[in-house]
Amino acid sequence: MAQSTRERYRVGPVRTRKRAWPFPLNIYQSAVGRKWVMALTGIGLVGFALIHMVGNLHVYEGPARMYEYAETLRTLGGGLVPKSFILWLMRLGLTGMFALHLHAAITLKDMSRHSSDDAGLMSGAKRYAGGRDHIAATYASRTMRWTGPIIALYLLFHLADLTWGWWLGPDFVRGDPYHNVATSLASLPVAILYVVANIALALHIFHGAWSIFQSLGVNNPRYNHLRRGLATGIAGLILIGNLSFPILTQTGLINEDNRACPVNDSDGLVCLAEEAEGH
Amino acid sequence: MSDTISVTIRVWRQDGPDTPGRFETHPQQITTDASFLEMLDLLNEQLNDRGEEPIVFESDCREGICGTCGVMINGRAHGPQRATATCQLHMREFADGDEIVIEPFRAAGFPIIRDLAIDRSPLDHIIESGGYISVGSGAAPDANLTPVPREAAERAFDAAACIGCGACVAACPNSAAQLFTSAKVGHMALLPQGQPERWSRTEAMVEVMESYFGPCTNHGECHEACPKEISLDFIAYLNRDYVKAKVKNRALSGQR
Repeated sequence: MAQSTRERYRVGPVRTRKRAWPFPLNIYQSAVGRKWVMALTGIGLVGFALIHMVGNLHVYEGPARMYEYAETLRTLGGGLVPKSFILWLMRLGLTGMFALHLHAAITLKDMSRHSSDDAGLMSGAKRYAGGRDHIAATYASRTMRWTGPIIALYLLFHLADLTWGWWLGPDFVRGDPYHNVATSLASLPVAILYVVANIALALHIFHGAWSIFQSLGVNNPRYNHLRRGLATGIAGLILIGNLSFPILTQTGLINEDNRACPVNDSDGLVCLAEEAEGH
Repeated sequence: MSDTISVTIRVWRQDGPDTPGRFETHPQQITTDASFLEMLDLLNEQLNDRGEEPIVFESDCREGICGTCGVMINGRAHGPQRATATCQLHMREFADGDEIVIEPFRAAGFPIIRDLAIDRSPLDHIIESGGYISVGSGAAPDANLTPVPREAAERAFDAAACIGCGACVAACPNSAAQLFTSAKVGHMALLPQGQPERWSRTEAMVEVMESYFGPCTNHGECHEACPKEISLDFIAYLNRDYVKAKVKNRALSGQR
């Protein structure tokens, strides 16, 4: 009798469940679902980083071929769609993926903080006073929440630098990427910023590309040993390719000494187009 | 050969769930043949003799299969030895003059009861939410009535080795219980007997887990801390099954 008058003690949930959203949005309400979104958008973003790096290698073929590459991106779809239509679709897709990746990351970090970092607060201790030697967690995996914001800020800088041309001012020529890259990266502080940001990007991908398999449950003991190598390979490729641009500009390989066409956005672009045509 | 070493024990003392805690330092002379918990027992006897409160810690079988014991030793769940529960750890793992920091497993889902004892009942709540499996409960079924592929049986047994000690949560930087839950989900999802309720069970257990514990970010610390070396592969299996369950449950129960 006495027992039944007292409610049984039970540890309360750390977070209460909200009303379920309609399917399939309810998958996103769970952390596992959010990690799926992180992984799926991660695939898209890593794919973009890889293709972007490979495409930029055109810079080593000179101003005309770089112009041709940029023009090809704008005229994707040929005469079927308006100019830049497919490019804008891809830009929208990338922006969407970035937004989802960021939202999932921020909310998951919040969830982690509530269940982990706050644990010691009640008792007045930091999480573990005995020191915490991470055994399996890599430097890359522990710094995901720092490399992520670094990449996001760098991305904004990169767009402002080479897409919107905010810093180059009159030196920025829309439609002449070779000139813009050579001018921007010739400045030492900008080159250093690109190097630092791309190291952060490579670290992020080093853990992220491996983590994708685990989050999506793509797991087969027969092939699991290949995942680490694949992630390292992708991160390494992107790192080497992207670092080559600022470093080789600084050492003088990418410069405009042998440029045949004038630098301006009227007859300069026409000249580049003609040179690419005659290639 | 047994040696006697002197170590300094820095142990977490906390009088109750809502009171601030503190570290206490005790010098200790101990033979290297003693187990870690025997060392704490001896320390408690000394405390008793001096009229002080003994240190509260949990233990039961002391042979590494019940999952009752478990403390952070120098920042590592279950101490420095791999694949070993606290009770199976011996003082020969430590050297003369070492400082040993002993703390409870910390997570928001594991409130501290007193000193090193924590309330791990959220792990039980995850198990409860898993419900039942449908098996005939009449006379014992014929042997080999339900064939189980050998690989599946082995794998299920690997998962079933989980003793539910909570070291995975303690070691996880996010305090995620993914390794525990995935082992419990995995050992039933791999066997034919676990199939009828597979999808509802996975969904319910993950959702209860997430109301107490953090998200998994694939660090892999849990596997290193696990006294039973449960594989990270089960986490991948859980992640896949959860999203599958979300889709399947809807299909089978009609626009739920």
